[in-house]
Amino acid sequence: MDEAVPLVELSGVKVLYGAERALDDVAFRLLPGEVHSLMGENGAGKSTLIRVLTGALQPHAGALSIDGNPVRFRSERDALRAGVSPVYQEIDLLPNLSVAENIFVGREPRRWGRIDWRTMRERAAEVLADLGLTVDPTSELGSHSVAVQQLVAIARALTAEVRVLVLDEPTSSLDTDEVGELFRVIRELKQRGVAIVFISHFLDQVYEISDRITVLRDGRLVGEYLTTELLRVDLVAKMLGKGIPLPHERQPYEDEADGSLPVLEARGVGTASLKPTDVSLGAGEVLGVAGLLGSGRTALARLLTGVDRPDRGVLLIDGDPRGLASPRAALAMGLAYSSENRRAEGIISELSVADNITLALQAQRGALRRLPPARARELAASWVEALDIRPAQLDKPAGELSGGNQQKVMLARLLALAPRVLVLDEPTRGIDVGAKAEIQRIVGELAEDGLSVVFISAELEEVLRVGDRVAILRDMHLVDTLPSAAVTIDSLLALVARPTETES
Amino acid sequence: MRNIVRHRLFWPALALATLITVNSAARPQFLRVTMRDGELYGALIDILRNSAPLMLVALGMTIVIATRGIDLSVGAVMAVSGAVALTIIDGSSDPNGVGTVLIAVVTAIAVAMVLGVWNGLLVSVFGIQPIIATLVLMLAGRGAALLVTDGFITTVNSEPFAFIASGYLTVLPFAFFISVAAIASIAIVERRTALGMLTEAVGINPEASRLAGVRSRGIIWGAYVLSAVLAGIAGIIYASNIKAADANAAGLLIELYAILAVVLGGTSLQGGTFSLAGTVLGVLIIQTLNSTILFMGIPSAQSPVFFAVVVVVVVVIQSQKVRSWIRALGASGRNRRSAATTEVAS
Repeated sequence: MDEAVPLVELSGVKVLYGAERALDDVAFRLLPGEVHSLMGENGAGKSTLIRVLTGALQPHAGALSIDGNPVRFRSERDALRAGVSPVYQEIDLLPNLSVAENIFVGREPRRWGRIDWRTMRERAAEVLADLGLTVDPTSELGSHSVAVQQLVAIARALTAEVRVLVLDEPTSSLDTDEVGELFRVIRELKQRGVAIVFISHFLDQVYEISDRITVLRDGRLVGEYLTTELLRVDLVAKMLGKGIPLPHERQPYEDEADGSLPVLEARGVGTASLKPTDVSLGAGEVLGVAGLLGSGRTALARLLTGVDRPDRGVLLIDGDPRGLASPRAALAMGLAYSSENRRAEGIISELSVADNITLALQAQRGALRRLPPARARELAASWVEALDIRPAQLDKPAGELSGGNQQKVMLARLLALAPRVLVLDEPTRGIDVGAKAEIQRIVGELAEDGLSVVFISAELEEVLRVGDRVAILRDMHLVDTLPSAAVTIDSLLALVARPTETES
Repeated sequence: MRNIVRHRLFWPALALATLITVNSAARPQFLRVTMRDGELYGALIDILRNSAPLMLVALGMTIVIATRGIDLSVGAVMAVSGAVALTIIDGSSDPNGVGTVLIAVVTAIAVAMVLGVWNGLLVSVFGIQPIIATLVLMLAGRGAALLVTDGFITTVNSEPFAFIASGYLTVLPFAFFISVAAIASIAIVERRTALGMLTEAVGINPEASRLAGVRSRGIIWGAYVLSAVLAGIAGIIYASNIKAADANAAGLLIELYAILAVVLGGTSLQGGTFSLAGTVLGVLIIQTLNSTILFMGIPSAQSPVFFAVVVVVVVVIQSQKVRSWIRALGASGRNRRSAATTEVAS
């Protein structure tokens, strides 16, 4: 099969978002009749690559060829015409139209220039039956479950002259039977020579359905592998990366066994999705959190800092139970959260670096008690220097900084509040190696000064190096909390990646 | 030079200067200001005076838009405020008393404030989309104003009340001083406290602001209250000008002109960074354009078309996309050459 001409081949793809590199020299190819999984953590560049493949995004560099002929997609329409059809994870259907209309929207069968409703219904019914769905094509789409809607989206892709089908998290809202049905359809399409890009964070499904796996990390290509030749543990290792080994410079945290209370303790906190979790954090301790995307690592971080409210369980601060009504309330108690999503939940991109750094402090003082401008600048300048933020221009819009420097600006914003607990959700994602090492060093220094840190990272090596203890999350529950010294990368990998038990 | 062109106020300022130049070229007396009885008169003075209601409304709109919102109810709030003020003066035994007028004005502003609290409640607490939330009052407000005036156009003869729109304080119209006071106090409150920066933060990235502990609810709520209070004052000026409360005509379409003024001033409808100076220029552009239409004797039936053409030109020139196209056109020659070299190289 390796000899076949790839149906689609992308090479040297480069995409920039502002100063951030979303994809850098990435290659990807699809053979006819294969299911090809695209794997990577959040921000690895999967969605960006899909957008390039489906014409939704113009890469800054790179070449695309179909059947060996170079082409250029200027829009999604070009891609559709070439037979590349996406089914997105956010369902982009029209709930107020009928199922049949949704399947054929924009491509309605016509007769004498008018829509041929009867043919449309019949063809819709055929495709749906093909998918094992028994729904009335004339019924309103919005009246069906999300799972049915998802299958309708797939049906829509199928009715086009599809040669490449992109399925982005198609199974996230399907139950086991529906997944089985979808896989049956995928295998049929394979027989017809359709190439399928499959994206899912369920490793079991990836191993069940795909022939080949391409792994991305931090916008770069890690490699392309045959599924049968790639062990699950190796796949996870490739997705998460091993990082650059650095000496462990920090004094190991000494558990004060004198019975002093933990600064922050969670007892049985959980939500509808996150199972009850116990975590405790001592003064000056760094708790690493390891887990895959969707393992509950972010959900936990948000519960600890008042961003989301737990449905059950209690949080204790210095041994006293406290309810956190909002991030503002949490910040007032010294609990600070830095989101994994820099662009959407971190940086105020059009405000200056100085304003970004002083934002939380100013918010805490209240709008009317403005920080004197001279003091605000001095404060911002001191953080820019302390964290080595570059370029050291206080008036530059923060959105124009590189990812690593944006991360430092967010860090400075929280540190300016002199918090007691810092919860950092993937602070080193998507930033270059130098900045990564620097942020790790800063976290170490902060902890030595008595700050408690929760450090979440998809990079296991980093979690082990930075954390005094490691909390391992998998499938929305806390598997174990172990001293870092007692874990090796391999044993940690096994804990993070262990296959889930199939539903009994 | 480059920095001047890049300045966000460059294009609105240029548009205003062009309008004034065209006007004075067409009719030299446009620029003439005469002094009569120690008071200044002339076309430019008229523009300053007549722009007061739009100025107040547009300033409030700027802050609301900065929070990613919009306030469609300002015209209706003007109608309500005018109706309240005139009804009080009309029903009073001493319509010429300064005390009466003061009570009427303060009550009208208080009622407008209540309406702003309502808008802010819908948007910031109930999370209703601003356009819908303020549409409610836009439609209902005029009805309420008619209710206040019993469906009639209430007219009054009150010296002190008429003074608000047509009186002079020293050499300039009183209404102009109201504009200046509003501009100054809003600029001070927004830029001398941290309110402006926090408003921009909420407008640019609401979720990041929430995580940083910004009290976004209060900031958004406050913006709608401010907008309504300013609309209330605008309503009083309008009513004072015609010495009547006309619930159907007061502030008609002013919400759209206010939005236009904000956009002409370079503030994005997507919220975030805002420019009060830009809005002031935007209001002056609109007002100058209105007098141009009068001045040039353009038939009233065609004046909306003329107005629209000028606005389209100004907005298109300000569009980022158009500017990048123009830049791309200029750079395309260079690019083509460099593209050729890279192809050879690879």
